[in-house]
Amino acid sequence: MPALIDVILEGRRVDAHRPWPRAVVDAEVWRFAVDQLAEGHWSLLALWGETAAVHMALLDEGVGDIGVVSLECPDNKFPSVGQRHPPAIRLERAIRDLFGLEPEGATDTRPWLDHGHWGLRYPLGSKPTVPAENFSYDFLTAEGESLHQIPVGPVHAGTIEPGHFRFTATGETVVRLEERLGYTHKGIEGLMTGASLDRATKLAGRTSGDSTVAYALAFARAVEAAFGVEVPQRAIWLRALMAEVERLANHFGDIGGICNDAAFALMHAHCGILRELVLRTADSAFGHRLMMDRVIPGGLATDIAMDGADQLRVLVEKIRHRFPALVTLYDNTTSLQDRTVGTGIVTPALARKFAAGGYVGRASGRLFDARRALGYAPYGELTFEVPVREEGDVDARVWIRIHEIEQSLSMVEQILDRLPGGAVYTALNTKGLGTAREGMALVEGFRGDILAWVRIGEDNKVARCHLRDPSWLQWPLIEAAIEDNIVADFPLCNKSFNCSYSGHDL
Amino acid sequence: MRKILLECLIQPPVTEPAPPADESALAELAGQVDTAARGRLGRSLAIRHVDAGSCNGCELEIHALNNSFYDIERFGIRFVASPRHADVLLVTGPVTKNMREALARTYDAIPNPKWVVAVGGCALDGGCFAGSYAVVGGVSEVVPVDLHIPGCPPSPTDILKGLLALLQHLTTKMGAS
Ligand code: SF4
Repeated sequence: MPALIDVILEGRRVDAHRPWPRAVVDAEVWRFAVDQLAEGHWSLLALWGETAAVHMALLDEGVGDIGVVSLECPDNKFPSVGQRHPPAIRLERAIRDLFGLEPEGATDTRPWLDHGHWGLRYPLGSKPTVPAENFSYDFLTAEGESLHQIPVGPVHAGTIEPGHFRFTATGETVVRLEERLGYTHKGIEGLMTGASLDRATKLAGRTSGDSTVAYALAFARAVEAAFGVEVPQRAIWLRALMAEVERLANHFGDIGGICNDAAFALMHAHCGILRELVLRTADSAFGHRLMMDRVIPGGLATDIAMDGADQLRVLVEKIRHRFPALVTLYDNTTSLQDRTVGTGIVTPALARKFAAGGYVGRASGRLFDARRALGYAPYGELTFEVPVREEGDVDARVWIRIHEIEQSLSMVEQILDRLPGGAVYTALNTKGLGTAREGMALVEGFRGDILAWVRIGEDNKVARCHLRDPSWLQWPLIEAAIEDNIVADFPLCNKSFNCSYSGHDL
Repeated sequence: MRKILLECLIQPPVTEPAPPADESALAELAGQVDTAARGRLGRSLAIRHVDAGSCNGCELEIHALNNSFYDIERFGIRFVASPRHADVLLVTGPVTKNMREALARTYDAIPNPKWVVAVGGCALDGGCFAGSYAVVGGVSEVVPVDLHIPGCPPSPTDILKGLLALLQHLTTKMGAS
C-alpha cells in the first residue's frame, strides 16, 4: 500500500500550505488517489472546489497522515470521485452547484444545494450564468407492490432545522429514505471570500451555532497555521476548556432529546436542567451562553472571568452529583431501551467507508477522534479515553455520549488544575509575504471532526475558505440506518445522529 | 426512577419567576399590532416556529424556553406542530432563498388573526449573512413582522420577555375592546 506522502511527492508541492502538505497533481495521480479511497486504504476528509481547481483532503488512518491533493480544471472538469467512492457524491454535487465544475463520470448528476432560487447558477464559479428555466428535482424511485411515499419537510413539526425527507414505505416499514438538503444554504463560502479576518471569524462561528466554539477554533487554527503564529499557552488551554464545555452542553441536550423522541420526558426534563446549568456557567465564565466570538485567530477575545474557574468546578460537582442517577435511569428503563436498542443501525463497514466522525463513527467501531489521533494542544497532555462501541444503533450513540460526558468532566478539571497564566492573545504578523498563505485544521467538535481550510491573500483578507461539517459524512448514513425500521422511529434515529443542517448547507 | 421522582417532589422547583415584559417590545407592539378581533385568544398563545435558514443558535435558545427554568407553558404559551393551530409565527434566520417559499406558505397556512415574531439578528435584516446571493435578508422581506427580538442569539429570557410583551399587549387590547 503506497503512503500518502508518495502521492504528494508525485505532484508540485505548494510551499505555503501548513501544517500538512498540499500538492497539485495531474489527473492520473488524482485517479490513483480515488482508487485508494475506493479500496478503503485512505479516508476522504474533504472535497471542495474553487474557480478553477478541486481539492481533496485525505487521511491515512493507520499512520495518522493527512495530505491535500489538488487538481487544476482549466476546462471546468475533473474526474469524478463519487463514481468510485460514494461518500464524495454530495460533495461533488455541491462543487458543481457552486463553481460549475463538472465531475466527469459522476452517476448522480442532480443538483444538491442549488434549488433553482438563487437567480443565478454557479454563483462562485468563474462564469456565473442565468438559471435554467424549469428547475425540477427527481427523487430516486423504489419499485415494489403497495409502496407509498411520505414527504416530510422542509418545515417540520418541532423546533428543528429545515430539510426534506422522502420516505418510501410498505406499511410502517421504511423501504427507502432520501434526504434533500440545502434549504439553509446561506452562501457562507461566498461571503468568506474577500472578508477581513474579523468578519470571517464571525461567519465561521455561525456556520453551525451549536458548534460555534469548535468552528471558531478550527478556523482560528487554520489561520494561525497559515501565519505560522504561536498562540499563548493560556489561550490554548482555555480554548480546550470552552470546547469541552460546549461538548457537555450539546451531549446533555442530545441525550434528553433522544429520550424525548422515545416519549420518555423525564430524562428530557433532567438533561434540560443540566444543559441549562452548563450554558449559564458558560455565560458567567466567558460572557456568552454559547461562547460565540470568544475564540479568534491569535488566541481569545477575552480571558475567563475572575471567578470562572470556581464556577466551573461547582458545575462539574453538580453534574457528577446528578448525572449518574440519570444514566442508571436510562439503563434500567426497559420501555426506553426497547426503542433505542437495535434501532437505526450503522454497520462498522459503512462508518469506516464514510469516515464518519464523532459519536456516529465511534458507536460503529470507528475509533477516530481528532483530539487523540492528532493530539493537538493541549489534548496531548490530557488524560482521556475515547469510547468506542460496535453495535452502531441508537443505544450505542447514546452511550458514546454518556461516556464522553464523563471524559469531558474530567478534562475540564484537568484543565482548571493546570491552567497556565499569561496573555490570551498574540497579534498575527500581517506583514505581507508577497504571496498567499494557506492553512488547515481539524478540530473535534461535539458531533465529529470539523475541517477548516483557508487561503489568505497578500492583503490579509480571506481569498478562499472551506469549512467541512462532520454532517457531510454522517447524513448519508441515516438513509442506510433507517432502512427496514419503522417510520415512527425516524425522529428517534435522526436525533441520535443530530446532524447539522446549517453546517452542511453552508 | 422512583427515587428521582420522589426527589423532584420534595425539592423546590427550579422554575424561576417570570421576567418583566420587555418595555421596548411593548412600545414596538403598541405601534404595530392591529387591534381588531382578538378576544378569543385569552391568555394563550400557540406558536409555530420556522427556521428560515438560521445557524441553529437561535433554535437552541428557543428550545431552552421549554426547560424547567423558563417553563414557558405556565404562561399559556406553547409550541404547536401545525401552522393551522398557531396564532404566532416565530421565525429565525436570514431567510435563505431556498426557504422563502416554505416560510410564505407556512404564514399563509396560519388562520387569522396572526402575528409574526422575528427572532435574532439574522431575522431582522440578514445579520452577518446579508448581501449573499443565497439570502433574502430579513423576515419582513417575505411576511409582515409584528415584533422583533434582537440578539445573536437572544437569550431565553429575552425571547420570553418579548413573547410576554406580545401576550400582555393582546390581553390589554382584549380588555379594552
Ligand atoms: S441571530 Fe445569530 S444565533 Fe441567531 S441564527 Fe443568526 S447568527 Fe445564528
